[in-house]
Amino acid sequence: MNIIELDHATLAIGGRRILVDTSFAIKQGEFIGVLGPNGAGKTTLMRAILGLLPPTVGDVRVFGHAPQRGNPAIGYLPQTRTLLPDLRVRGLDFIASSVHGERWGVPSLGHAARIKINATLAEVGARELAERSLSEMSGGERQRLLLAQALLGEPRLLLLDEPLISLDYRYQETVIELVRRFARDRNITVLFSAHELNQLIGAIDRVLYLGNGHAALGTVAEVVTAPVLSRLYGGDIDVVRADGHIFVLSRGREVDRADHQHDDSHHHHNHDHHHHA
Amino acid sequence: MMTVTTTITMTITIMLEYDFMRNAFAAAGVAAVVSGLVGYFLVLRGQTFAGHALGHIGFAGATGAVLIGVASVWGLVAFTVAAGIAMGLMGDRISGRDVAIGVVLALALGFGLLFLHYYTAFAAQATALLFGNVLAVDGAMIATLIGLGIVTLTALAAIMRPLIFSSLQPELAEAKGVPLRFISTAFLAIVALAVSESAQVVGILLVFSLMVGPPAAAQLLVTGLWSGMALSAGLALAEAWLGIATAYYTDWPVSFCIAVLSALGYFVARGRWLPGRAPTIAASGR
Repeated sequence: MNIIELDHATLAIGGRRILVDTSFAIKQGEFIGVLGPNGAGKTTLMRAILGLLPPTVGDVRVFGHAPQRGNPAIGYLPQTRTLLPDLRVRGLDFIASSVHGERWGVPSLGHAARIKINATLAEVGARELAERSLSEMSGGERQRLLLAQALLGEPRLLLLDEPLISLDYRYQETVIELVRRFARDRNITVLFSAHELNQLIGAIDRVLYLGNGHAALGTVAEVVTAPVLSRLYGGDIDVVRADGHIFVLSRGREVDRADHQHDDSHHHHNHDHHHHA
Repeated sequence: MMTVTTTITMTITIMLEYDFMRNAFAAAGVAAVVSGLVGYFLVLRGQTFAGHALGHIGFAGATGAVLIGVASVWGLVAFTVAAGIAMGLMGDRISGRDVAIGVVLALALGFGLLFLHYYTAFAAQATALLFGNVLAVDGAMIATLIGLGIVTLTALAAIMRPLIFSSLQPELAEAKGVPLRFISTAFLAIVALAVSESAQVVGILLVFSLMVGPPAAAQLLVTGLWSGMALSAGLALAEAWLGIATAYYTDWPVSFCIAVLSALGYFVARGRWLPGRAPTIAASGR
């Protein structure tokens, strides 16, 4: 059964077309790594699946129907823009706010819901975060809290938007493994967006590469090739495979890392100039 | 032999023999609880500036009402609620326009001044509106405050669940079907009502002392939502009542005493909290 289906769909934000005439289908239980340069439409695609952005042309289908806002079968970890570090609220209340948070009236957290929250927190190794204030958590701890929340409502589809951001390298591996195990045990479909392909290679079933308005879905061997990526990046791309790792290069420079390390390399560049001067 | 407790009981009894003191305690009590509860969400959402802005806009409404022979509180309610709804509908666009807001607020104060200019009892009225005059509150005003308070808290209770969700996690709340724009507009209308209440006690210029001081202190002291709300309302009530009592014995203005206690409460809470906070900032610093 297809969980997500795009049929000649065009997604646009404010008249700017992010994905054009895109078609692909994702089956139940698949673990999909979503990759592509910044602004390629990873978040936009997830918003369309959540029913927040209807396609301007074509169809988007989730569980066989047009996406509906507030679908409880979808667990979502947003790439958060909120200033979480300023919140003087404990982890338990933060997560509890999402439990039927769309209903009117005064919130009340039942005994069963509380047990469920604690069990899910334990699953991601974040039990002690329930009593701690968000303002006192590290970026990684806040990310773990958000992951627990996404897993909470027994979802059939998980949309994880950059869940590895602000995690240290070792914990990134743990998160990938945790999501992988959680999803496999329950036959959950996962869309996992990231900047770095190599960490995901061992875990994902297929990769969805976005870029230049287009999408390519397939195994890593099918999609991560020079011709396909050159089309998606809109330029000459080389793909070098070495030692089980894949390096996507543009004019000899790694493109995945270029996004992340732009500031750093710029910095070093300046230093070099100082040396020469 | 007289114990300290009986001394305190006696002083309170004497203070409460006056009608105007009983009225002041009742009015301040209602306004403080409403302000403390609504203010908790104002601070949680980082919208304290909106509370400030609504007070200023309310000044024009209050003076305009007086000019046409209506009680100032209704002018205050009408203008602040209208302004709150307008700010809510403008949504995010408002945050990037600090200068525009500042100019509109100055304009509102200017209009307030103009309306006062045509009203004869200029000085007393201006002082009462800007800095509050809780010792002059009568029974009718208390009834108005209670009525407004019930409306405010009922509305807050009705939207509390999605309000908390969208305050803490707007992206997820939107995905789960919470109407963010409606919630934030309704909330600002609720804030407008609370500002109108608070202004009757401490005046338009000092609404921060009841609506921001106590909730900000509460959030520094506890991190649970319910305990935070309860502590915020409790602190607001304690500061308002202690302020009136202090004013009674010192003959200083009530609003001054409440403002001092509010600042004191906030900075004491901050001081307690800073030593624990400092190392975590270093640990999570980028």
